[in-house]
Amino acid sequence: MVVKVYGKAQAVCPQRVMHCLVEKGVPFELVHVDIDTMEHKRPEFLQKQPFGQVPYIVDGDLELFESRAIVRYLAAKYEDRGPNLLGRTLEERAKVDQWLDVEAINYNPWAFPIVFNLFVLPIRGLPANKADAGAAVDKLNKVLEVYEKQLSKTKYLAGDEFTLADLTHIPATRYIVENCGLSHLLDDKKHVKTWWEDITGRPAWKKVMSFVETGGSNYSP
Amino acid sequence: MAVKVYGAAMSTATVRVLLCLEEMGAEYELVPIDFSTGEHKSPPHVARNPFGQVPAFEDGDLMLFESRAISRYVLRKYKSSGPDLLREGSLEESAMVDVWLEVEAQQYDKAISAIYIETVIKPVFFGGVPDEKVVAESAAKLGKVLDVYEARLSKSKYLAGDFLSFADLSHIPYTHHIVAGPQASLFESRPHVKAWWESLASRPAYKKVTTGTPTS
Repeated sequence: MVVKVYGKAQAVCPQRVMHCLVEKGVPFELVHVDIDTMEHKRPEFLQKQPFGQVPYIVDGDLELFESRAIVRYLAAKYEDRGPNLLGRTLEERAKVDQWLDVEAINYNPWAFPIVFNLFVLPIRGLPANKADAGAAVDKLNKVLEVYEKQLSKTKYLAGDEFTLADLTHIPATRYIVENCGLSHLLDDKKHVKTWWEDITGRPAWKKVMSFVETGGSNYSP
Repeated sequence: MAVKVYGAAMSTATVRVLLCLEEMGAEYELVPIDFSTGEHKSPPHVARNPFGQVPAFEDGDLMLFESRAISRYVLRKYKSSGPDLLREGSLEESAMVDVWLEVEAQQYDKAISAIYIETVIKPVFFGGVPDEKVVAESAAKLGKVLDVYEARLSKSKYLAGDFLSFADLSHIPYTHHIVAGPQASLFESRPHVKAWWESLASRPAYKKVTTGTPTS
């Protein structure tokens, strides 16, 4: 039975999960959740994801939510195929965990208000908080300066291989670069720019983008 | 050789790591980082944690930051000498641990940390006064999160399942401070949350890390 991903294709967190599935060559069905009509806040949805957010997945008997937990699960379940996304030794795994947490705790809190205020709200014709976005841009820039230092030492965040720690950054950062007029945040940092071009050039990511663009609901490798 | 934790007693993230070390009976040295002199932003510390935050962790040549990543490393390294808190022998169980660890970091912390900053950090370190509006809003948010926890804990003994895991322990650092204040009522009024908390707070590792200076 095919993994089902419940979410909206354009949303950041479902894209994170879809990217991991494609990297691992795992077929899935994307079941559309209509965020625009608040489907994710209705009782039936809250039974599955009690915080009213997307995505959640159903894999056989297992139901999971929180995209970063989901990708960890998928990377472990399909450890034997596709790229190694978690690290192998105790030390490598710790580095992957470290940069996964950096994304969740030091990067996303700034990435989110940027995308929300400069892209999501304007698209819905709703008033945005430009000051919040501006402050977040400054903070994100400082975080990216740390990334620049790290990426001058290692090809990817956790070492010399692409891992979940790089993967989790992609969906939100793409909106920042392509839809918020902020590509300079990455372009003016030599190693960050190289890293960004490399990870978004991955065939799996390109497949996710084309799947989203064509409005697909069933993905097969 | 004992591992080193560079941190501070008032840092909830430092406490998270110390709890795991204590649970696994690991030898460690706590090296205090003095925030009042800006030591956390000094070059030697930034070399350990490039975000100038605590904790940082040193095990031989390995230097790590981010408390949950450090904790996972500790729980794996010492896994033969303590409880199985990550459940990595089971895909399904470890996935549930990861789900509730994310919930802690993404949902729980956002609400409870604001209360901690207003009611503990501000008065103790800055001689400031809590912003009651922020406290009230954060308490309301935390209440909503705890409603989800109450429903969850009425179905399973602990968050990830009927087994204690790192997902539960990760909640201890902030909660320890909040249940000492007026927002304790948020926990007291939810019977399954209350029982869950009391179970966590009765653990020897909890008492050791929160009541005195941890010894190496």
